[in-house]
Amino acid sequence: MGSTNSTLLKIPNVEVLMQETGFSPAHIIRLHDRFKALDKEGRGHLCPQDFGAIKELAMNPIGDRIIGAFFSPGKETVDFDTFVKILAHFRPVDKDRPKELNSPEPINSRSNKLRFAFQLYDQDKDGKISRDELLQVLRAMLGMQVTEEQLESVADRTIQEADLDRDDAISFEEFRKSLEKINIDNLMSIRFLR
Amino acid sequence: MELKMFILVLGLLVGSGSPDIGPNQGKCSDSLDPGPQDQGNHTLTPQSKKNFPVLSFGYDHVRLPFEISLWVLLASLMKLGFHMMPRLSSIVPESCLLIVVGLLVGGLMKLVAEVPPVLESKIFFLYLLPPIILDAGYFMPIRQFTENLGTILMFAVVGTLWNAFFVGGLLYGVCQFEGHRLVNVDLLSCLLFGSIISAVDPVAVLAVFEEIHINELLHILVFGESLLNDAVTVVLYHLFEEFSSVGTITVMDVFLGVVCFLVVSLGGIVVGAIYGLLAAFTSRFTSHTRVIEPLFVFVYSYMAYLSAEVFHLSGIMALIACGAVTRPYVEANISHKSHTTIKYFLKMWSSVSDTLIFIFLGVSTVAGPHEWNWIFVVATLILCLVARVLGVVGLTFVINKFRIVKLTSKDQFIIAYGGLRGAIAFSLVYLLNTDHFPKRNMFLTAIITVIFFTVFVQGMTIRPLVDLLAVKKKQETKRSINEEIHTQFLDHLLTGIEGICGHYGHHHWKDKLNRFNKKYVKKCLIAGERSKEPQLIAFYHKMEMKQAIELVESGGGSKLPSAVPSTVSMQNIQPKKSPQDRALPQLSKAREDEIRKILRTNLQKTRQRLRSYNRHTLIADPYEDGWNEILIKRKRMMELEKKISQMNNYLTVPAPAPDSPTIARARLASDPQAWGLKSLTESIPTIKVDLASPQSPESFNMVDEIGKKGSQSKASEEEDGLTMKVPSMTKPRKDKTANEDDDKEPQQRLMRCLSDPGPAGEEDEEDEPFLH
Repeated sequence: MGSTNSTLLKIPNVEVLMQETGFSPAHIIRLHDRFKALDKEGRGHLCPQDFGAIKELAMNPIGDRIIGAFFSPGKETVDFDTFVKILAHFRPVDKDRPKELNSPEPINSRSNKLRFAFQLYDQDKDGKISRDELLQVLRAMLGMQVTEEQLESVADRTIQEADLDRDDAISFEEFRKSLEKINIDNLMSIRFLR
Repeated sequence: MELKMFILVLGLLVGSGSPDIGPNQGKCSDSLDPGPQDQGNHTLTPQSKKNFPVLSFGYDHVRLPFEISLWVLLASLMKLGFHMMPRLSSIVPESCLLIVVGLLVGGLMKLVAEVPPVLESKIFFLYLLPPIILDAGYFMPIRQFTENLGTILMFAVVGTLWNAFFVGGLLYGVCQFEGHRLVNVDLLSCLLFGSIISAVDPVAVLAVFEEIHINELLHILVFGESLLNDAVTVVLYHLFEEFSSVGTITVMDVFLGVVCFLVVSLGGIVVGAIYGLLAAFTSRFTSHTRVIEPLFVFVYSYMAYLSAEVFHLSGIMALIACGAVTRPYVEANISHKSHTTIKYFLKMWSSVSDTLIFIFLGVSTVAGPHEWNWIFVVATLILCLVARVLGVVGLTFVINKFRIVKLTSKDQFIIAYGGLRGAIAFSLVYLLNTDHFPKRNMFLTAIITVIFFTVFVQGMTIRPLVDLLAVKKKQETKRSINEEIHTQFLDHLLTGIEGICGHYGHHHWKDKLNRFNKKYVKKCLIAGERSKEPQLIAFYHKMEMKQAIELVESGGGSKLPSAVPSTVSMQNIQPKKSPQDRALPQLSKAREDEIRKILRTNLQKTRQRLRSYNRHTLIADPYEDGWNEILIKRKRMMELEKKISQMNNYLTVPAPAPDSPTIARARLASDPQAWGLKSLTESIPTIKVDLASPQSPESFNMVDEIGKKGSQSKASEEEDGLTMKVPSMTKPRKDKTANEDDDKEPQQRLMRCLSDPGPAGEEDEEDEPFLH
């Protein structure tokens, strides 16, 4: 227990971090270890190359988007705080938490999870998923196996279905509505991070 | 009418005596035969020549098939009859009614002093059970099953073991305690009895749960449990049966039992998977002999079952594995019609089997040798219920620690309550050897009582209880393409995040499996181009095809199906500007024929030449080859619409006409997951020239209204200049209320249609001309 305490002390703002994200000390330590493992040069922060070294992300069709999500616009590095906060999105939802009226919504709430996913689609951050952005995602996921025409048809169809205010783009509300039947808590949670 | 038919059939059945399904029939007819022949020989020679018999009666010759057909006919007529009495079938589940019918038939036969047939185990396991299990396995929702696999396995394995030992052990205690008649029931017999009776029965669960439309999670949990506990039951049964002859068990035997369990279950799955892959591989080459495609699926699956049974592996698990493995590959290879055939044949066979099983259960109750022992039977019943409840509660407590979506106490109650016992238990007891198990008849009686109790009491009350507890029902979800895309996206996302965390979880392995599947397996098993088609595109194709069918079928020419590249008609309509409201009725009359002609010529291009009927070829499926063109045309259509709406020159008209029955049937043409449109037709800015076709008088009236309103709003719009206001925004809103009722009605019809596994038959839509 001594080593864990000392590790905890080494991490700055540990208390605040744990409160904001809801992670337990054991998790914070585990994530810290992982952070250090990824940060091969020991600089205390991660850069895109560190993420790129992860094999699974390289094979992932949306790997680069995921990496991009960690880096806030303008910043070139990710420190431990940001790392943990982003991963906190994927914690399973605590159903038993009492609802405090004045506290901000927990990071891993359903709508925050959806917002995170939405931001991955919406690369130019204008609050809407335009047809082109959707096409890019489809192209990334479906790769070379499909003709451009088919991709466009699929994209058109998708927008038609979800787009309620007919602006030819999917806003966050429409995004949320189209997924209301799916159990997001289940789909966007990693058990490991409970 | 049904009553008369019923009586007639009953009379035939009873009159024909006990069918050959009973064990001794063969010997009787054999012994009878030589008799008259001998007499004939003696008396023939001295007599004069008999007259040539014009009409003779040779019943024995067709006895067996005739009686089997009569039973099947009876089962089917019963099913028909129940659905004609909706009030009755909404209170009492079908299985109960069928058992009652069986009781009646058995009683009638006994009255006529015939021996009623008993549900012979061989017939049950070899002929009646496989179709039901194959149907379940083929249409198993794989995603939910694998998501909940841990829970299901816990319930199936640990739960059944707990039940078996609890019931068996305590029954032994009761027997010892009560003394006198029961003292010679030894521990092994009790344990064997416990293991037989503790297994939840898939047939009964399916029969009852299908009618209550409970939410998918609970359905898959109870149903999955009932399927997977077969392995446990098989092992325990054989274990105890073996050792009852020997008399004692050692630790070594227990260890071997565990190993046996692993072998039985995994072996069954492997056998099933091998046959499944063989079936998929075979289906790759069937493009020229489409007629026999369904046969491969059926025969391979049945062989998987039989092969597993040869080695005493779990046949049920083999069948499930075969169906689940076969499906994705076979469906990519076979034609649309074969797919429909497979679906309907499976549903038909499983339905008939299911009906026959319950009827025979009733008949066997009347027939079978009974030995009633109050204490034993009541103790069995109570112990079963208690064991089930305790087991479910205890296991859920443990399982909830590992689940993301926890099981609430309502869920637990339904799971416990849904643990129905059925015909498998009965057949297993019937198979017991009377020498080793002197108390077999008592077991039989007890099992029948428990089965009756669970099916009647629990089956009848589960529906009101579900309503009372407000358990979530199955959502009639039609998956939209949005959900598909986003689900895949999120899968990728989570796999990536797991990679970042360094945690090789659920998603990681699923992703690896998918990759392997795509890279190697699909190439082998799927013919030609389809092997590279991603799942998303396949889904999209299905949706588009369905929509094309619907738009075309909804009243012939009343709506321009988007398949028409209506460049011609659009150009003609364009110049007409303001007097649209008045021009509309005229336009419709004049246009209708022209548009019909355009449709006919364009759509016929996509149809294949009709070949003459030949047993070995089927008429080629127009959808399979021509729909790419439909897609392209549709896209062009939509672009044209956009252009036109920009010029404020639209002929729009309200939401589509209410669905005709053909559309409801068209929707059924999809697979049971009912991937469909999500009220799509209202929101697409398609140009619909609503013509005065006889099928949509309402829309015609609306056209008038719109026309009048159109001229008013037209003025205001023209003031605003060219705004790209898509027409269907404001107008259909007003008549959405009128249309909502219409929309609800086909929805209801659709739901009823969807809940029924299959109507009597579906017309051959592809072969009729597209326009009526």
